[in-house]
Amino acid sequence: MSKVISIDQALDYAKDSSVIMIGGFLGTGTPEILVDALLSRGYKNLTIIGNDTGYPERGIGKLIVNHQVRKAIVSHVGTNPETGRQMHTKELEVELVPQGTLIERIRSGGAGLGGVLTPTGVGTVIAEGKPTITVEGRLFLLEKPLRAEIAFVKADKADTQGNLIFRRSARNFNPIIATAADIVIVEVRNILSVGELDPDEIMLPGLFVDYLVQGE
Amino acid sequence: MMDNRTLIAKRVAQEFKNGDIVNLGIGIPTLVADYISRTINVTLHSENGFVGVGSAIHAEDSDLTNAGGQLTTILAGGSTFDSAMSFAIIRGGHLDATVLGALEVDQEGNLANWMVPNKIVPGMGGAMDLVVGAKRVIVAMEHVGKGGTRKILKKCTLPLTACREVDLIITDYCVFEVTEQGLILKELAPNVSLQTVREFTEADYSISPDVKEMRVSDEVVLGC
Repeated sequence: MSKVISIDQALDYAKDSSVIMIGGFLGTGTPEILVDALLSRGYKNLTIIGNDTGYPERGIGKLIVNHQVRKAIVSHVGTNPETGRQMHTKELEVELVPQGTLIERIRSGGAGLGGVLTPTGVGTVIAEGKPTITVEGRLFLLEKPLRAEIAFVKADKADTQGNLIFRRSARNFNPIIATAADIVIVEVRNILSVGELDPDEIMLPGLFVDYLVQGE
Repeated sequence: MMDNRTLIAKRVAQEFKNGDIVNLGIGIPTLVADYISRTINVTLHSENGFVGVGSAIHAEDSDLTNAGGQLTTILAGGSTFDSAMSFAIIRGGHLDATVLGALEVDQEGNLANWMVPNKIVPGMGGAMDLVVGAKRVIVAMEHVGKGGTRKILKKCTLPLTACREVDLIITDYCVFEVTEQGLILKELAPNVSLQTVREFTEADYSISPDVKEMRVSDEVVLGC
């Protein structure tokens, strides 16, 4: 059965206060059609999890500018001055997470793990309030798993069963967030028939994907 | 004529050897790519998900950007991967070196480069993982901050990126090696005196008995 739905149907899965993971790295690999649809629906108080808050006119940044985000869990906000402004005025809560820790928290959320032990952040403000564990003489932080209600993913190719292929550096967070959300919706450039993708080429198995929408 | 940033970038480029996998940060570290010797093969890693970073000239693929968000290219032999793999490469000790800028660095090898409380809070991006994970951490920065402030300190005052991870500090004034015994002044830039380094360095350091002049190429180097 085909997993292809309309953008409008896809956005019915979101609502005010949804926790949403969005793929992309400074906009590259961000599903912009899905983000634009979130903008036009105007859902408020969203929690957004992604690598960064993009630019004011691109990627996750547009949702910040439109005052739809209550909390952002990201590794970087420096390219979007509006994020900094809303942090300062306390309109927006930002949890800054080291990029490698963020992706491993999401990976562990999707992989059924109780978190990860990482040396990153030991001895810095990132370690405050977190349990530390010594393994073979080295100190690690326990970082807890992250999951979301919805993941908005962008892929280059899919078959109608949702098997995915990503392209170049647009892959980034996309295949990992697809493992860690209750509903996974993928914006795809080229939607092919089942059997057109070689099983060895598929980067993410379709079992993680709930719905596909046609991208550009 | 060579400006100070070019001098730093050229000197950093001398640190690499054939076969190294290296991550270059934003700013002066990015310039380093232009000065790596053509007689060695160095692979550049980009934390957003690939190795084999090529030239940005003629880059036009919107699916291929560097860690600063600019369009770039990928060299033959390069490969792409997701962010979990990218940070396994970083944290797992598979990078021979990372080159980063600094707001402050201190005599214990502590680094602060990701925030100034209540002023600039851009976030750490991949910096904390890079500094903890890479085999060698090279700080590349202008020696003196805006308004003449000193950046090489006895103890960092800003929130740290990582503890005791810096191995080498390369500035437009000099080169410091970070050792268990503290900083050692290894090289002086052309036309920079020991007295100038002392004046603009808060940290304690010892002077290597064989301190040398920093040599980068035959091009004329501007004095400081």
